[in-house]
Amino acid sequence: MATALDPHAAIAAKAGGLDDGVLRTADGQRLDRALARSSRAARRRAFFLVAPLLAFIVITFIIPIGQMLYRSVHNDGFSANMPQISAWFAENPVGTDPGEDAYAALSADLLASAEARTIGVVGTRINYEMSGTRSLFTSTGRQVRRGIEPPYREALLGINDDWGDPELWGAMRNVSTPYTDGFYLASIDRTRNAEGKIVQVEEHRRVYIMLFLRTLWLSALITGLTFLLGFPVAHLLATLPMRRSNLLMILVLLPFWTSLLVRTTSWMVLLQQQGVVNDILVWLGVIDDQGRLQMIYNQMGTIIAMTHILLPFMILPLYSVMRTINPSYVRAARSLGATSWTAFRRVYFPQTLPGLGAGALLVFILAVGYYITPALVGGSSGQLISNMIAEHMTGTLNWSMAAALAAILLGGVLILYWIYDRLVGIDNLKLG
Amino acid sequence: MKNTLILTTALCGMAFSASAQEVNLLTWGGAYGNSHLEAYAKPFTAETGVAVNIADADNPATPIKAMVEAGNVTSDVASVEYADAVRLCDEGLLEEIDASKLEAAEDGTAAIDDYIEGGVTDCFVGTDVYSMVMAYDDSQFADAKPSTPADFFDLEQFPGKRTMRKGAKFNLEFALMADGVPAAEVYDVLATPEGVDKAFAKLDSIKDDVIWWEAGAQPPQLLADGEVSMAYAFNGRIFNAVQQDDKPFNIVWDGQIYEMEGWVVPKGAPNMDEAMQFIAFSTAPANQARAAEFISYGPPRVSAAALVGNMEGGDEPMGPNLPTYEENMTNALGSNLDFWVDYDSELNERFNAWLAG
Repeated sequence: MATALDPHAAIAAKAGGLDDGVLRTADGQRLDRALARSSRAARRRAFFLVAPLLAFIVITFIIPIGQMLYRSVHNDGFSANMPQISAWFAENPVGTDPGEDAYAALSADLLASAEARTIGVVGTRINYEMSGTRSLFTSTGRQVRRGIEPPYREALLGINDDWGDPELWGAMRNVSTPYTDGFYLASIDRTRNAEGKIVQVEEHRRVYIMLFLRTLWLSALITGLTFLLGFPVAHLLATLPMRRSNLLMILVLLPFWTSLLVRTTSWMVLLQQQGVVNDILVWLGVIDDQGRLQMIYNQMGTIIAMTHILLPFMILPLYSVMRTINPSYVRAARSLGATSWTAFRRVYFPQTLPGLGAGALLVFILAVGYYITPALVGGSSGQLISNMIAEHMTGTLNWSMAAALAAILLGGVLILYWIYDRLVGIDNLKLG
Repeated sequence: MKNTLILTTALCGMAFSASAQEVNLLTWGGAYGNSHLEAYAKPFTAETGVAVNIADADNPATPIKAMVEAGNVTSDVASVEYADAVRLCDEGLLEEIDASKLEAAEDGTAAIDDYIEGGVTDCFVGTDVYSMVMAYDDSQFADAKPSTPADFFDLEQFPGKRTMRKGAKFNLEFALMADGVPAAEVYDVLATPEGVDKAFAKLDSIKDDVIWWEAGAQPPQLLADGEVSMAYAFNGRIFNAVQQDDKPFNIVWDGQIYEMEGWVVPKGAPNMDEAMQFIAFSTAPANQARAAEFISYGPPRVSAAALVGNMEGGDEPMGPNLPTYEENMTNALGSNLDFWVDYDSELNERFNAWLAG
């Protein structure tokens, strides 16, 4: 049977002169083994070909993301430099009143840390949990270096009576282990109080949940707007004769190729109060000079500029899918009595879904992580969560917090991707 | 050809022998780095024969951290912001600097007494003072001109939008000063919850009319575009816009908040002696004053203020344009770093919540 299927093998078997029912190659080896060997070699060669790319992805993508996720739960700034008091917290459960032994451990750690010049690191770590504590640690460290005598409790309270504050001891307990969920709690406006219970932070400090919701809402809105604006454009491009559609395609691609910063600043020139749009409106008499519209440095600016910048990401996948739709289907529907709306709704539109899904997913995911445009034109009401991540990366240098916020964002995007897969099917995603 | 070869070899040999006497300076580049080159490096080499090799960084604090942690230090002196100096010093990444080796003032006052408060710390010697000031577009206000922080918050008398730096720092202090808190008490008030509430309440009064800037170049641009009538911005940027682009901007010094930049020595610097020699030379009053002629940042030494001449290449007297000029220092506030390291995250969170709400 197999002989008939593979003439080469049959010839090889004949040439080998062996006819025991097992197919062999010209040099007498079993064909199945030879095949397996050669396909193994081919696989190895293929692997070597993609190895550079694989290494690139692992080094530049998977490892950094892994490190970021690790950083969001791991911060040993306190526990590594204050080993004795960390051990005391491990031995004594929540609610234990710190006695002389705890203060002795704390004093020894403060002295060692001040001499090793790591007290700044310790203070920075605990300051994330409780504001105002960094200088307590650094200044006490300086005084402890000058000498400290037992009883340590009195000595430390003598330096600063904040050392008796139960809230401070609660904060120290929270940071006494290298692994923590504190940054994730902070990312959803929660914190642990002195008794170790999870509570909401004070009302005037709650900002992250609101920003996450705003980011999701604005991203969804921008995705919707790009769909409304992009769908007719893509349809036009797909149905025009090639010569004319190519010309129009340039108009889509030119802004796409232009630097993001240039496009954003162009919108600033256009939309600001002394800008082109306002000038034209005043000149036309639509508004008077005092009533110039505030179209930028607020949420509206973010929406307008981001919709424009992300529009090509919607148009291009839609276009590529629409190009392949056979116009005779719609014609057939019409000839069978469908109105043009019905033909569109039941025949044409469903066929564009793979492109629409790809475009919407692309635009939404890009919008969720957008940074430069909201930073420049967003004003106070158009900021997104990415601006807060950037602030923690470059401003407060609280990288763990930035990592926790980014991880939540990443998790949200993955969940959306999963939902999309369940509803539409990721196989239906077409980018071109 | 042969001659050229001999010549280059000889030159290389000379360069090599000269390299025993050198100091590697890490600074910021741009107009600021140029002031270091012209006012410090060139005269220092002329006087001592020690070569100064200048390298630039976006923020020298970052390479210092990297260099020291990697154990491969190539810079001897670096210019950093005060906040970074304290942070790096706390982490043990800097050499301590012996302030007694700095040059005394002409009248014999020891350097450490000649400096404004905080100008010399364990690891840091100040080179210049820059500040956050309010500035306005002269053409927007025909009659009365704004002259105090309170005027910045007075939308009735001085209409038009404002621009302020996005963040809690500077704005809370400024709001308190506008609310009548004297500069000397600002941080005491701000350390209390009522004080913070008070500052936010004051900011609330102009919230709808503020455009928030993030990059230093934005405020002069917003003023020039007519988007805002007043700005709270870095003094050097406003000064440059006035001098180079001929903009009708005026600076109001009342309510300025100043900060310092200065020298640090990374731990394990290869040429420690030359580094100290360079620091002593560049922070001598006359040289500090000279640097202020290249850029509108003031000398942090009291005795240097009187020595500042005209702007380099012009006839504009530089003195009155500096944050440290005596008349500009009435009701001036020194930015309190310890306060901000402690309350940075809390106040910024609150600021962001306030901004978003």
